[in-house]
Amino acid sequence: GPLSERCLLDVRLGELPMWLATRDLSPQGLLGGVQRAWSSYCDKYINVKRGGAPGVSMLLAGYCLLSYGWSYQHI
Amino acid sequence: VLHATRPLHTSQQRLAPLPPLPEKGGEVRHGLIPEEFFQFLYPKTGVTGPYMLGTGLLLYFLSKEIYVVNHETVAAICILSVIIYGVKKFGADVAAFADKLNEEKVSNAVAVKNAAIKDLETAIEEEKKEQWRLEGRTYLFDAKRNNIAMLLETNYRERLMTVYNEVKKRLDYQVAMQNLKRQKEQDHMIQWVEKSVVQSITPQQQKESIAKCILDLKALSRSAQAAV
Repeated sequence: GPLSERCLLDVRLGELPMWLATRDLSPQGLLGGVQRAWSSYCDKYINVKRGGAPGVSMLLAGYCLLSYGWSYQHI
Repeated sequence: VLHATRPLHTSQQRLAPLPPLPEKGGEVRHGLIPEEFFQFLYPKTGVTGPYMLGTGLLLYFLSKEIYVVNHETVAAICILSVIIYGVKKFGADVAAFADKLNEEKVSNAVAVKNAAIKDLETAIEEEKKEQWRLEGRTYLFDAKRNNIAMLLETNYRERLMTVYNEVKKRLDYQVAMQNLKRQKEQDHMIQWVEKSVVQSITPQQQKESIAKCILDLKALSRSAQAAV
């Protein structure tokens, strides 16, 4: 389909800057994007009948990596 | 303020009840990496691709000292090993316990729903029975009408009886009056006749009649003696 309606996984590498230009980069747009990403993650891994450890352990692992990146200036 | 003309529930999704939650979450390998990553790399690198990528990245971080090995590394290793051991050993039990809790909640809700359905069905039965009872109201009114007719008839006959009795009493009174009058007239006349007869008997006639009676008696006694 047209470039502006594809999600990130379907965009080829050469079209990435153009695709970024078509995205809504205002604060509301960014906030909406973050909210959508969070709700899709929750619907896939947390709001299920038989969820498990991976749903929350991925969040914790991401948090560990982020905090390691923030706290060590030599990176 | 709710405007009455504003259309409500126009989108298609609202018509059905909420879709149920999916049974299982997305597949995650080793508890950390989603399955989609492995599928993403499979066409180019096969099955071992992501593992080689992971090993290469780890060695690169270690050798370039992007990840520094210090006391926190040892702490992290100990904590992670304890966590993994705990999850592997008690994971199934905790999952079963959580499933049981869910089952209880769902069964409570289903029991409430079934009870409500049963109550409504009994209410429907009662309603149908009431409708059936309603059909008998014609018979009810016929019976009432018959009762009232009988009451009226009884009352009418009672009053006829009263009238008859009263009239009979008055006629009896008249009859008794006439009888009494005739009797009194008779008695009076008899008395008057007797009195006049007695008065008309003069003493002369009395002596003559007594003498005659004595003569008759003597004759009778003579004939009687003769007969004996």
